[in-house]
Amino acid sequence: MTLLAVENLTVTRGGLPVLEGLGFTLAAGHALVLRGPNGIGKTTLLRTLAGLQPALTGSISIPPETMAYAAHADGLKSTLSVTENLRFWASVYGTGPIDHALDRMNLRQLAERPAMSLSAGQKRRLGLARLLVTGRPVWVLDEPTVSLDAASVALFADAVRDHLAKGGAALMATHIDLGLHEAAVLDLTPFKALPPEEGGYKGSFDEAFT
Amino acid sequence: MSIWEYANPVKFMKTSSLVLPWVTGLAAVCLVVGLYWGFFLTPEAENFKQSVKVIYVHVPSAMMAINIWVMMLVTSLIWLIRRHHVSALAAKAAAPIGLVMTFIALVTGAIWGQPMWGTWWEWDPRLTSFLILFLFYLGYIALWEAIDNPDTAADLTGVLCLVGSVFAILSRYAVNFWNQGLHQGATLSLDKEENISDVYWFPLLLCIAGFVLFFVALLLLRTRTEIRARRLKALEQRERMA
Amino acid sequence: MIALLLRDLRLAVRAGGGFGLGLAFFLIVVTLVPFGVGPEGNVLARIATGVLWLGALLACLLSLDRIFALDFEDGSLDLLATAPVPLEGVVTIKALAHWITTGLPLVLAAPVFGVLLHLPGPAYFWLVVSLLLGTPALSVLGAFGAALTVGLKRGGLLLSLLVLPLYVPTLIFGAELVKRGASGMDTQMPLLMLAGITAATIAVVPFASAAAIRVNLR
Repeated sequence: MTLLAVENLTVTRGGLPVLEGLGFTLAAGHALVLRGPNGIGKTTLLRTLAGLQPALTGSISIPPETMAYAAHADGLKSTLSVTENLRFWASVYGTGPIDHALDRMNLRQLAERPAMSLSAGQKRRLGLARLLVTGRPVWVLDEPTVSLDAASVALFADAVRDHLAKGGAALMATHIDLGLHEAAVLDLTPFKALPPEEGGYKGSFDEAFT
Repeated sequence: MSIWEYANPVKFMKTSSLVLPWVTGLAAVCLVVGLYWGFFLTPEAENFKQSVKVIYVHVPSAMMAINIWVMMLVTSLIWLIRRHHVSALAAKAAAPIGLVMTFIALVTGAIWGQPMWGTWWEWDPRLTSFLILFLFYLGYIALWEAIDNPDTAADLTGVLCLVGSVFAILSRYAVNFWNQGLHQGATLSLDKEENISDVYWFPLLLCIAGFVLFFVALLLLRTRTEIRARRLKALEQRERMA
Repeated sequence: MIALLLRDLRLAVRAGGGFGLGLAFFLIVVTLVPFGVGPEGNVLARIATGVLWLGALLACLLSLDRIFALDFEDGSLDLLATAPVPLEGVVTIKALAHWITTGLPLVLAAPVFGVLLHLPGPAYFWLVVSLLLGTPALSVLGAFGAALTVGLKRGGLLLSLLVLPLYVPTLIFGAELVKRGASGMDTQMPLLMLAGITAATIAVVPFASAAAIRVNLR
């Protein structure tokens, strides 16, 4: 079953196209890892898929209320405790208890600590626990493994594997190898947008001067 | 032929370069003739004396101050609904002209008010409303200046213009309620009998036409500059990305 | 939605939330005014309403940029925008949280500060009524200004320039209501206008604020 289908997508940053002609599908039980050098537009693509910015052309089809997006920043409140942070997101998404997320991300002992006292890696784990709490099948993750140590990366990879086995799907931008054998890799370099002189997209302001 | 064609930057640049010299020339003729006629060839009014002559600047600038805001509202709406870039840039280009017009209206009002009412400033509803309008222009321009991304700036200033318009009208009523003033009612109206004699009326009409044309000329010029600046920005951005 | 309100209130009460700062600022304004205009009771009584309303306005302004800035910086605004809650609702709830933490304390404290400024007896009731009706509009309009400037590094000053002109009608009708109420004149007109402006502001402006947030997140 296809959960996410992208066709002929052009995404823009600051009004200029960065990636064009992008197309892929993501089926239940599968993961897709986006690769490409810094600045190619991975974050822009993920934000476009999450609906935070409009696409210039193309279509994104995803059933409503199935996506959970996790950005660079975790959106944690430093004065709230780990449980309070998770409970908040659980009630925003209308899901129930948070215990499985605490256990899964190995946060049980930290549950009552305020988020500001966590290390960067622990915060990141809390951010990923938030993802589990949403109960959404399609994960869209921007650099999920930043500041995680080897043990935590393995923990995260396990969580993803588990999620896929339950019929979920994951799309992530990451530089490191998660050891996820079931994940396909999509290199974004061939989709880099061409400048207008070489046949790329022309803005109306380019046309005014040609 | 649709009017929206002119919202295309290519078409706009072409058409405006043809129209601009004519509008500029016509504005100059209207202003020179109108102001000379008004200042030197009209009799002095009994109860107003010399100071009445300031109406040839005061009335047109006050009219433009309001009309330019209305024009910005319309162009902002066009941008928000139809996403025509030229429309947003026209609103941006108009704002500083509107600010200056409001300022001129306030200053000439003070110059006129001093001998008439014996004070440079009075918290009269009309004067106060113009002061508030001046603040709205300042905020609008400041928001354009503060935001780097041109599309973001166009969207946010458009929303501000919309909300601001509603509150500008509300303020007008609130201020009226707050203090009934000294300022005479509107002197110009087209449907009822004019309460100003023809001697003053014709040069005034000419001055108003001059101000409108002058505004159109400035607006075209400034919008052209904005389009060029926009192109420059896009080129710089590509340079950085390449 | 309730969860968001509770979270914002909890954040405001915990250290670093700035809760109570607005009230302290209000007190300082009220303390400084007599130094500026002299201690004569009749002078103070004449300007008390205006000073209290202006003080409330400025105290409210002080905390506006926090409405969205903190959530923008730590990324929660991105996550809230992709969460299954309407952004218009998020904006309204955040304005409500701002009102509960700044507006409401000002309303409750205003009579006490009125004593310091020799506010005439009959004016107390109307002062509280006018602030109670008017301050919610200040928070909602403030949230609009905060939404416009949320992406900017130093948006504080610009925020005041954008928001203060929008406060004019509320200020005029609020102060007028107290003036008329205290002198036994007919209060119906300013009362209805003040309530109407607040109601319409709460009903309509959150849509503009949500649109501004969406643009700023792009």
